[in-house]
Amino acid sequence: MQFANPDTVESAVNLLATAKGESYVLAGGTDLIVQMQAGLKSPDLIVDIKNIEEMTSITADNGGYRIGAAVCGAEIFEHAGLKADWPGVVEAIDLIGSMQVQSRATPAGNLCNASPAADSVPAMIAADAKATIAGPNGRRTVSVLDIPTGPGANSLAAGELIVSIQLPARKLRSGDAYLRFIPRTEMDIAVVGVAVNLSVDEKGICTDARVGLGAVAPTALLVEEAGSALVGTEVDDAALETAAEAVRAVCRPIDDKRGTAEYRIEIAGTLLIRTAKIALQRATG
Amino acid sequence: MSKLHVTALINGDEVEFLCEPDQTLLSVLRDELNLTGTKEGCGSGDCGACSVTVGERVFCSCLMLAVEAEGKEIRTIEGMAEGDKLHPLQQCFLEQAALQCGFCTPGFLVAAKNLLDRNPDPTESEVRYWLAGNLCRCTGYDKIVRAVLDTAKEIRQADGS
Repeated sequence: MQFANPDTVESAVNLLATAKGESYVLAGGTDLIVQMQAGLKSPDLIVDIKNIEEMTSITADNGGYRIGAAVCGAEIFEHAGLKADWPGVVEAIDLIGSMQVQSRATPAGNLCNASPAADSVPAMIAADAKATIAGPNGRRTVSVLDIPTGPGANSLAAGELIVSIQLPARKLRSGDAYLRFIPRTEMDIAVVGVAVNLSVDEKGICTDARVGLGAVAPTALLVEEAGSALVGTEVDDAALETAAEAVRAVCRPIDDKRGTAEYRIEIAGTLLIRTAKIALQRATG
Repeated sequence: MSKLHVTALINGDEVEFLCEPDQTLLSVLRDELNLTGTKEGCGSGDCGACSVTVGERVFCSCLMLAVEAEGKEIRTIEGMAEGDKLHPLQQCFLEQAALQCGFCTPGFLVAAKNLLDRNPDPTESEVRYWLAGNLCRCTGYDKIVRAVLDTAKEIRQADGS
């Protein structure tokens, strides 16, 4: 195995694009190194991206933020601006693993690893986050929604890697939130995860809403019908019930040790209602 | 496969070692540098027995490649006492019997010291969440959490704050 730690995005792309055999990007390594230790992956090349300044920093970007692909969860949690503008995204990232994992793991890695239960992904989907991808043909920007394609699979082509994730400017009178259900209080994998990002006008009428949903389908989902059910309402109980039904309608979960499909569908609607209430409180508070 | 040459600051000393590119920091600490205070529990980042600090953060050394240590400042349990003088956390764990078999103890001490370096006055909840990545299968967590809280208090009183 070869190890490289280039200091520019271009040389990282070049290394990945010209590599023979299995090559992987190393950010936090909390998935990759575990998989290597378990014998599930045998890289011929590892490209460590933590020596690339653009990928290790959080910068202001058009009123929002650009988070480098190698920025760990703990650093995001300590960023006052991100916490103030995107509390739902930050709390979703913060729920992942222990302090030891937070010191290494990145939301870009969470996205590329493409676990259906990845906590940060529904929150980034609700936030309408974009990922900037670099590859042999230059750079492209896509919605984070388009990155995971199935459990453990993503849409990046050979030689491509995520450079950064952009969160848009926080709108006036808007807020986001993320809740997951786990049978314990910490250190567990979501049975269901729901993120809501919504805005209201000066009369308290919802003007836009995005709902992200995790752990109930092969990939995290954007539930447009649930967002639409909230728009034009005061996010009252009736609207929340309609949105909850829209969330339940798109769930395609599996039965596993964490919960049955039936249970997950029921919980998904309940979590939508609770999450939307927190997002509304943040939007109006 | 040719070995890689790495220079890191470990417990304040500049240390050079050779490692395989896919070798973990845990493996180098224990098998090459004889720093066997750092324990291997699960080897997959779940138990925290292999906790070390890298710069200002606490890592599982089983989830870090040794080659990533180049130029980094690493502290292990061996660097916690000053000569024969135990760190107040170590002293308190002993006095309050916050350990039984002791296998998880180095990881708990390293993670707890990292918390107290950042936050000298944590709440019980903050201690419990901070140490959630360190598993103990015999003492139970109450004695450990109490020892950390008591040490924090002791250090604050010694500092006169």
